[in-house]
Amino acid sequence: MLRKLLLLGVLAFGAAHPARAADTVDPKAEFTAFRAYFTSRFPKVALDDFVNGPYSMDEGLRKQWKEIEEFPPYEFAVDKGKELFAKPFANGKTYADCFPDKGIGIRQNYPYFDPKSGQVITLELALNQCREANGEKPLDYQKDDMAALTAYMAFTSRGKRFDIKIPDDPRALAAYRKGEEYFYTRRGQLNFSCASCHVQSAGNHIRTEVLAPALGIMAAMPIYRSEWGSMGTTSRRLTSCNSQVRAVPLPPQDELYRDVEYFLTYMGNGLPVSGPGARP
Amino acid sequence: MRCALPISLMVFVAAAGLTMSALAAPADDFKAAYAAAERASKQAAALKTQWTTTVATLKAAQAAATAGKYDEAIALAKQAQALAEASIAQAEDQATAWKAGVIR
Repeated sequence: MLRKLLLLGVLAFGAAHPARAADTVDPKAEFTAFRAYFTSRFPKVALDDFVNGPYSMDEGLRKQWKEIEEFPPYEFAVDKGKELFAKPFANGKTYADCFPDKGIGIRQNYPYFDPKSGQVITLELALNQCREANGEKPLDYQKDDMAALTAYMAFTSRGKRFDIKIPDDPRALAAYRKGEEYFYTRRGQLNFSCASCHVQSAGNHIRTEVLAPALGIMAAMPIYRSEWGSMGTTSRRLTSCNSQVRAVPLPPQDELYRDVEYFLTYMGNGLPVSGPGARP
Repeated sequence: MRCALPISLMVFVAAAGLTMSALAAPADDFKAAYAAAERASKQAAALKTQWTTTVATLKAAQAAATAGKYDEAIALAKQAQALAEASIAQAEDQATAWKAGVIR
């Protein structure tokens, strides 16, 4: 209660002093500003189309993608994920026993803030927590079976709209804030932040690639990347982004990575799940 | 003649000593340069602001020293230290500068 009062006090002080506005945390206002930035910068892109990343920005790429979707490269991962999802653990239980609605059509609610642990729980983390709770070894967070399972779960959720909640809990607000800070902080020898590419340079070319807008960027996860020649999870994407700017990546599912996923997915609230996706 | 042997021995020992110290000096210089670089690198890692180039340059410095190329090893160690210090300066700057980029 004391922490809530202190937080309210801080928020009230910030609101009353415009010079301190950057120190306040107002997810709803930031959500509105974030969406307005992209929709006004790309007025010809339909709101739901932002989830298609680079394909919403470049007509040539979009044509290629439409053809790729005739035989999508993530299809094998979805099939494998379906099998893995149904396969019982040694104790006879399955992944379905760990999730609401038996794990079908729930991608849009991840990540969420867990009041018990005081942490952000991503779908990848929840899958490994499920395994460990049932006596199984955790999976590699970046690809293979984890990518297959999340691909299947995303596939069963396609079209459902993201609904990430930030509960009335200072710890949830702090996680959101840390994720936001991570997103906007420059790092690596190239001195890039996530925003350098996916806000300031969204739609621009970096070598042969078209940079995806940050709005809706989590909706297609996991993705098959032609560059990788395989599927990759959100963890893989974040570690890969860090390496590309010459920053040593954090361990997969590090608290900061989960927080940035929380922030970014919240920013895409209301947009449809489009994963699994295919990207150049 | 009786003195000849001790004198040559002394000359030999002195020459050997000079050679050893000539070899030890760059090795010691490398150790000092590497230790300073490693300290800065560890600080960067603790701040979660480590650059991949710092890690690679430290590794290259160690490899050069192992190959006996001390001049190169010292230069690489100093380069690694500079990279680590630059990454720390970046983190210190970004501790507040990130707020300027927030979409509002």
